[in-house]
Amino acid sequence: MTAANIWAKDVALLNGAELDRDQRREGRQLFMLCSPGILLAFFLLCLPIGWLFWFSFVDANGSPTLEHYSRIWNEGAYVQIFLVTFETSLLVTAICILLGYPLAYCLSQMSQKWSGIVMLGVLVPFWTSLLVRTYAWLVLLQRKGVVNNLLVDSGLINQPLPLVNNLTGTIIGMVHIMIPFLVLPLYASMKSIDGTYLRAAANLGASPTRAFWQVYLPLSLPGLVAGTVLTFILCLGFYITPAVLGGGRVQFIAQRIQTSVSLYPTWGPASALGVVLLVLTLAILLVSQLALNRWRRRLG
Amino acid sequence: MTRQSDARSSGRALPVTIRNIVKLYGPVRALDDVSLSVTEGEFVTLLGPSGSGKTTLLMTIAGFARPSGGSIAIGETEVVRLPPHKRDIGMVFQNYALFPHMSVAENIGYPLRLRKMPKAEIAGRAEHALELVQLQGYGERRVDQLSGGQRQRIALARAIVFEPRILLMDEPLSALDKQLRERMQIEIRRLHDRLGMTTIAVTHDQREALTMSDRVAVLHRGRLVQFDEPRQLYERPVNRFVADFIGESSFIPVTVDRGVVRYGEMMVNLAGPAPLASVAQLLMRPEKLIISGRPLEGNINRFDGMVQDAMFQGESVLLTVVLTGGHEVHARIPNRQLDCRFLPSVGSAIQLGLSAEDTLLVPEDAA
Repeated sequence: MTAANIWAKDVALLNGAELDRDQRREGRQLFMLCSPGILLAFFLLCLPIGWLFWFSFVDANGSPTLEHYSRIWNEGAYVQIFLVTFETSLLVTAICILLGYPLAYCLSQMSQKWSGIVMLGVLVPFWTSLLVRTYAWLVLLQRKGVVNNLLVDSGLINQPLPLVNNLTGTIIGMVHIMIPFLVLPLYASMKSIDGTYLRAAANLGASPTRAFWQVYLPLSLPGLVAGTVLTFILCLGFYITPAVLGGGRVQFIAQRIQTSVSLYPTWGPASALGVVLLVLTLAILLVSQLALNRWRRRLG
Repeated sequence: MTRQSDARSSGRALPVTIRNIVKLYGPVRALDDVSLSVTEGEFVTLLGPSGSGKTTLLMTIAGFARPSGGSIAIGETEVVRLPPHKRDIGMVFQNYALFPHMSVAENIGYPLRLRKMPKAEIAGRAEHALELVQLQGYGERRVDQLSGGQRQRIALARAIVFEPRILLMDEPLSALDKQLRERMQIEIRRLHDRLGMTTIAVTHDQREALTMSDRVAVLHRGRLVQFDEPRQLYERPVNRFVADFIGESSFIPVTVDRGVVRYGEMMVNLAGPAPLASVAQLLMRPEKLIISGRPLEGNINRFDGMVQDAMFQGESVLLTVVLTGGHEVHARIPNRQLDCRFLPSVGSAIQLGLSAEDTLLVPEDAA
């Protein structure tokens, strides 16, 4: 081996060590860049939830107890509230899909100009305060409200319909508030579907109806699932809308949590309700994810 | 060029007759009175630059674009008003359009499923189609697990599995790299010969068109310029556009006066009669030019010039020669002749020879 070769080899090793160090330093720098986000998530998300979790397992004296959970299980009222919350959320999500899917489809097919205008119709309510919209529905839907007056004046009905202070009002208000959450992800996913797929389906002999069910719907599914999950989870946490439009007849878990906070001397009972809601939500998410995966595998 | 096949003799292949198709986009004539007769079992390629209307014509045949007027018949059936899903036409799309939510077998089986075929038969036919494109055993794969060339074959298999009346291909090979593209050209041609299905393809690649087709239809600005066999198209282009678009070519302007053709002061001999126009372009194909350092002998047209550039391109050397008239032309020396023949150096005087048979005049294009 010549001297020149040995020298070249040493340089290579030397550079190797330097390059390794550079790589490690770059890794550290990237971690530092992420750290504010990690800290934020820890202090604003993990810590409070952990705290909540802790509260739900201790009594007024600070000793561990399961009494908060056993109360939820044993008192029928709580189970009833959970059922109402989940059933109503499910119903609202279903209605959102029925209304939102065609809306998103139309939006994705329109020209740039028209989709912009219609999109504004989706976004303006979305940007308006939830409280304002809820009270607006109260005005519109009441016994002598705009909707009932129109229906009675046009002779379609004789008696004003009970549209508010019940489940109907709650659902109308919630659907209105939740629709953008379904439409926006769905629209994004529909926009990315290549029109050639539908042409190919037609070319292979699929009527427009079949092409929709067998090609378009499966391809828009990721967006639909994202929108549905988002809508459903946000529905579970509703507080103001059921309180205002339900007129006391529709009680969501969030309202019950608020009541618990003011009723009991400790945070325990309310925390336990929160934990149960969180766990149930995660369980539902997990199950639906598994079901979806299995369905996707079956599709191939 | 005649190629006999089983399908043609069994009468399954159908002719396609396109008559006076016009397609207007506002004031733009995307297709301007195009008529084209494709005989049964023929492989025809629509060739043209982008914006020539070739894709619009294909989409009109497939039913995805509604023409403003005209007629398209497949066999005896007029299809111009039929929706695409009732036309029974196989098509290979430019980006293949394989459904990502279906496996390879499901993709191929889809047209059969739509035709309510029993499951067992669908599986059998899909496997047979996979064999045809040499991808047997790939049925269970997902589309995103396939390479570009494999996707191309699957798209082809899906387009022919339901035995459509005709087969269309929209730039079928444009997404593949050069090597694979050239292999697939031959493979597609072979498959066509085996199935004998009337096939219409679209491409902007003149080489691909010449390789695969029985006849090539050249389109330019929405009009059909020439519809001919590849050899005819290359040797006898009808105008400067076709001559320029197909193969390599240089043009020099010539004048025609009472049957005498001149380049500057020099008389040019033609094999046939001279055209009636007073000016024309003389077409020079680089590989047809004879290159010599000494004055050439015999009955050929001679052009004096100077070598401006010589580029080694592997299979040949491409010379750029400036003629005495100031026009720049290209000439090729095949690699095989590099050692034994004279190799001109840059700046040296040279004589180019073109036999009268290869001397071709094309009319100046109407602006």
